[in-house]
Amino acid sequence: MSEIILKTQNLSRHFGALMAVDDVTLSFERGLVHAVLGPNGAGKTTLINLLSGEIPPSSGSIHFKDQNITGLPANQISQLGIGRSFQKTNIFPIFTCFENCRLAAQSRMKGSFRFFRSARSYKQINALAEKGLEMCGLANRRDTIAQAMSYGEQRQLEIGMMLSTEPELLLLDEPLAGMGAEESLKVIELLKRLAKDHTLILIEHDMDAVFAVADRLAVMVNGRLLETGTVGEVRASKAVQEAYLGSDEEGH
Amino acid sequence: MYAISRSSLIVLILLGLGFGIYPLVGDSYYIRLLTKIMALGIFAMSLDLLIGFTGLISLGHAAFFGVSAYTVVWFVVKMEILNAFLIFPAALAVAGLCALVIGWLSIRTAGIYFIMITLAFAQMLHAFFKDQHYWGGTDGINFNDKPMLMVGDTVLFDLSNKINLYYLTFSLMVAAFIFLAVLLRSPFGRAIQGVKVNEGRMRAMGYNINHLKLMSFVIAGCLAGAAGFIEATRTSFVNPEYLSWHASGNVMVMVILGGMGSLYGSLLGALALTLLGDNISSLWDHWLLIMGGFVIAVVMFMPDGISGSIESLSRRFRKASPPREETGP
Ligand SMILES: Nc1ncnc2c1ncn2[C@@H]1O[C@H](COP(=O)(O)OP(=O)(O)OP(=O)(O)O)[C@@H](O)[C@H]1O
Ligand SMILES: [Mg+2]
Repeated sequence: MSEIILKTQNLSRHFGALMAVDDVTLSFERGLVHAVLGPNGAGKTTLINLLSGEIPPSSGSIHFKDQNITGLPANQISQLGIGRSFQKTNIFPIFTCFENCRLAAQSRMKGSFRFFRSARSYKQINALAEKGLEMCGLANRRDTIAQAMSYGEQRQLEIGMMLSTEPELLLLDEPLAGMGAEESLKVIELLKRLAKDHTLILIEHDMDAVFAVADRLAVMVNGRLLETGTVGEVRASKAVQEAYLGSDEEGH
Repeated sequence: MYAISRSSLIVLILLGLGFGIYPLVGDSYYIRLLTKIMALGIFAMSLDLLIGFTGLISLGHAAFFGVSAYTVVWFVVKMEILNAFLIFPAALAVAGLCALVIGWLSIRTAGIYFIMITLAFAQMLHAFFKDQHYWGGTDGINFNDKPMLMVGDTVLFDLSNKINLYYLTFSLMVAAFIFLAVLLRSPFGRAIQGVKVNEGRMRAMGYNINHLKLMSFVIAGCLAGAAGFIEATRTSFVNPEYLSWHASGNVMVMVILGGMGSLYGSLLGALALTLLGDNISSLWDHWLLIMGGFVIAVVMFMPDGISGSIESLSRRFRKASPPREETGP
């Protein structure tokens, strides 16, 4: 059962003197939900950026299945079936929701140069886009220009676009940030559904959400991996309680 | 996202009718001028593909216009070949090949660097033609016999006839417009528009940005080549000014003035700027001053160009019905 889908080995990334990600060795099992926790500035987004090819590592390696993907550009990593959503909403604000998802789906078309047939006439691509919209809960917003929607809805679209590329491994960078309570619940339900047939790597500050969906936890502080394990193991860890969870729970 | 709006359709039909009918009523001076305007219209639309739809601000677009014009000269003067069925595709191919090389070297840069590097390449080509005696140096090259459409020795369409050249140019302009409108609806066209809006997200979704940009650059280069072919044929003359940064800047002003990202705006820009230049340059030596003032006024008071103002005016007229969003597959 415990097949490793993604693995990092001594992965590091520095910005000048700052070690944003520092010697992280981590394995992600296929089919599970892995949550990455840590205080602000811990290096969680940088880790996702490394895994998705957004930025190259300073040292270390990343393996996806049996392939070394270290240093591959983001578009190639996406094509391998690793999808990501962004912490800072990263959509096409002047396009409709459907077009946002359709463009995402179109990236899966074989052969990138198609010049004459209308983009809207590719049935499979349209179906993928509709499915993405449906899943992220924006089917009723299909023809709305993205920038005319609420911030929370734009966050949903962010997820819908990722899903329209049909990835098998999802990198989600704080999908719930900026969503209202109701939207959050919907997205948590979506994450649970996705967890059935995807591998998820989830960054999230909302602890209720994390404990509701995560199978494994990894805690980062100052770029370093502090602790990994099952939810129970990590919650019991003294180091983690001191560094992160403890203070967080007191805050409630 | 490109869509032909109702107001743009009206402008296009008016433009089409105007250009289509003019030779039946107009005088020969303006037939020549309108031929030039239509050629520049193709040239400006090709740049709009880059600036308005791909987000590539090229300040060296005249390079492709110019090499195509020199290709025409090479065939006519050096090879003594007049068959346009040969010259036209060759001129397009040379322009496209130049765009492939220059584009391949340029698109890795972004922003101001892209502007500078495209300008630098065009200046290099400009200097090349200016220095080479073979290419006529600063004076350029004149020729007498114009290309013609012929099969074997049978002339189908003699382009030294003003009306013939006019209608060939008109057909090319219409074809270029339709080609671009179809292209922009295609998966490729949607993808380059995505690149313009949010390049990073396109890459994250799996698109090879460099391929998309390069393809767009080459297509634009070929279209600029079509315009260069017409202009060389029309004037029977080529000099290094065809590739000068004045020419690149001029066509950019047409695109911005007409309204970026609308295609028909580029046609209006070419029309407005050329007619204006033609009229005031005959009245006053310092006409560039007026021209500069005009450009500043348009940019200040019509930030979206002529086409942008047409769109917002027509929206105001139809206020009763809300602005239509793009719908349906
Ligand atoms: N492109 C960059 N250039 C310079 N420094 C960066 C860059 N990206 C991130 N950093 C720095 O690296 C550190 C880790 O940032 P990162 O965004 O990965 O944290 P995070 O764990 O995602 O935090 P948050 O919870 O606030 O999203 C921070 O100190 C940040 O300022
Ligand atoms: Mg972050």
